[in-house]
Amino acid sequence: MKTVKRDIETILEQYPRHPQYLVNLLQDVQAEYNYISSENLALVCDHLGVPLTQAWSMATFYRGFSLEPRGEHEVKVCLGTTCHLKGGQRLLEACERNLGVARGETTGDLKLSLDTVKCVGACALAPVVMVDNDYLGEANLVSVKKRLEEL
Amino acid sequence: MNRLTNAAELQALKDHLVQTQDPNRPIVRVCRGPGCLALGADKVSQAFQAAITSQGLGVKVQPLIKETGCHGFCSQGTMVNVAPANLCYVRVKPEDVEEIIQTTLLKGGVLERLLYHDNGTRYKSEAEIPFYRLQKKVILKNVGVIDPSDIHDAIMAGAYQSFAKALTTMSPDEVIHTVGISGLRGRGGGGFPTGFKWQKAVESVRENPGPLYIIANGEEGDPGAFMDRAIMEGDPHAVIEGMALGAYAMGAHLGFLYVRHEYPIAIRHLTTALQQARALGLLGKNILGTGFDFDIQISRGAGAYVCGEETAIIASLEGRIGEPVTRPPYPSEQGLWNRPTIINNVETWANVRHIIDRGAQWYADLGVAHSTGTKIFSLVGKVKNTGLVEVPMGISLGTLVEEIGGGVPGQEHFKAVQTGGPSGGIVPYEFRDIPPEALKPESVGLQARESIPEKKELTVDFDSMAQTGSIMGGGGMIVMDDHDCVVDVARYFLRFLEEDSCGKCLPCRLGLKGMLEFLNNFSQGKGAPEDIDALESLGRALVDGSLCGLGRSAPNPVLTSIRYFRDEYLAHIVDHKCPAGVCRDLITYRIAPDICNGCTLCAQTCPQVCITGEENKPHTIDQDACIRCGACVDVCPVNAVVVD
Repeated sequence: MKTVKRDIETILEQYPRHPQYLVNLLQDVQAEYNYISSENLALVCDHLGVPLTQAWSMATFYRGFSLEPRGEHEVKVCLGTTCHLKGGQRLLEACERNLGVARGETTGDLKLSLDTVKCVGACALAPVVMVDNDYLGEANLVSVKKRLEEL
Repeated sequence: MNRLTNAAELQALKDHLVQTQDPNRPIVRVCRGPGCLALGADKVSQAFQAAITSQGLGVKVQPLIKETGCHGFCSQGTMVNVAPANLCYVRVKPEDVEEIIQTTLLKGGVLERLLYHDNGTRYKSEAEIPFYRLQKKVILKNVGVIDPSDIHDAIMAGAYQSFAKALTTMSPDEVIHTVGISGLRGRGGGGFPTGFKWQKAVESVRENPGPLYIIANGEEGDPGAFMDRAIMEGDPHAVIEGMALGAYAMGAHLGFLYVRHEYPIAIRHLTTALQQARALGLLGKNILGTGFDFDIQISRGAGAYVCGEETAIIASLEGRIGEPVTRPPYPSEQGLWNRPTIINNVETWANVRHIIDRGAQWYADLGVAHSTGTKIFSLVGKVKNTGLVEVPMGISLGTLVEEIGGGVPGQEHFKAVQTGGPSGGIVPYEFRDIPPEALKPESVGLQARESIPEKKELTVDFDSMAQTGSIMGGGGMIVMDDHDCVVDVARYFLRFLEEDSCGKCLPCRLGLKGMLEFLNNFSQGKGAPEDIDALESLGRALVDGSLCGLGRSAPNPVLTSIRYFRDEYLAHIVDHKCPAGVCRDLITYRIAPDICNGCTLCAQTCPQVCITGEENKPHTIDQDACIRCGACVDVCPVNAVVVD
């Protein structure tokens, strides 16, 4: 717990105490811990001098923030227009069935989160799935499963 | 890197870099655009690096391996270009690398099998390939050519020359005037004249002295569009130089690059580019010894489509949720921290240096009246050649889709083209060469109709596209074929927007839900023909009543699809059929017994376990249990699953 606390302070100290840095700070916390815990949210508010309600509204408004712990790995099914036309929605449902989690959820062992993304700009290879930072072009359930086994 | 203290030093650096470069040194350019990355471009470039560093090649000049931005021809990835012969190799796999090294780099030969070929013809270089031949690359000229993480490579290609020219030979007013008469209009979709907007901001500061901010909008949220991504990743200095020119013209000292968080490579390349530009003294204090100060900060978007709207970006930069506010006052009068603020799209900024470099007239001549210059499109969907294309404004839709795009595989022509993302519309094939007015006889008088030529091609520019009820938009161009259902696509966009509506104003928040309800019903074969009229009426209420552009343009895909494809709506509602075979509640899957080879793959995959049959014998689907998930369609190796 102590080391975690020190880390959050290192992150906080990167930014001047001004509400302008709320988004950046929340992004850094999200990146470091994969989610924003209520303790960390409060620490961010103290540091920047913003009310908790404002930080809460930010953290729930933007898709990039999560108030629940996310999985170690992230599978994102692209639902851009081209991916939609080429079966992205069907692929998402297949992933949901296969991983046993719904869109936006994380597996019980915190290994995997399943989510969607609104276009990653790799439309020529639709449907596309992102596994962490890797793009999987012309994806199907078989190729997604294969990639997940490699993790 | 030594700081440059005047414009002559920049020129000297460029000359030095060009002169010390060996023109005969082989350069391998590996595309690292999103499409090629999805095909494993990383492994290709690693294979080149490994092969070249591990073994002495036995050549005098070591080849240079460059990881570049997008080459554009995504459907042919991974793309590799080998200079000086400029050979264009397509569909390169890591295992091809050794052969490229042996044949081309060591012996100077051409590896025929990796050349692009179509209809029996093989093409050696990009310039010969039809997909590239009809394009006009201005903004994308350096994308795919330079190494985006090396400012020296950009400077050799001419980066910051326009900035130096403006700083030393032009007054700020001259820069604004030049941009104004070039006719440059906002590339994000709005199409507002850039020079006019800049002038307004300068006037606002004159009335109310204090700082002015500029912002590059890189929150490219439209699905099916990746033009800005390609620029930011492939030629980050183009955006930075454009912003620096704008800053000089308007007297700004601080700029922000607002980049979508789904674009980590763009953020990385821009960050590197900013650091290198600062180190060379092209940003910061007293730039090139002229006394002008300007710097840029990067802000990552946090994931909200509405943050493509300019007042929402401002809210986000100020540390608030991205809710738009009413305009006026426009940001050019009162924006970030209540100061005049100019927000231009990334592609708009990237245009500026070319206008300053080659002049307003040259730029205006590239396009057509009222839509000057070139425009980048992402040509995707059901089209043979998918990728990123840059064409002069005013090119015909037919040329773009059928000649550059190569038409629709397996079909005579496309069904429709979706432009402008969720704010745009669906333009049917019939508009390819008939002007919109001719299809709408009620909208023009008899005399006017006579003056319309018999046949005219629909051109792609701001005004012609707006006439169709769609918009040109940011540049996403998604080609649809007969297997795409317009009701489904309209519903898709509504769901997209309904999720991303910020919820501030009622028409957008509830109107989108209401519209979606209609579409959900239609896709299930429910509803009455009158509902189509009610849906149109509700759509018009959103257009009139919403606070920002998101809500005001949200009904466009629905309204245009009703306007041009009412029959398809009626087929769903009255006949309970989805002619394209997409809407799940209106179709059935059936296994064609004469095609099925009884491989059992479908039976193993079916989540409902409702496919039965003996091995090596035709299988059947139990229609009562089938949930139409399509899993069997995806796995069938012989395409025996048919849609009724």
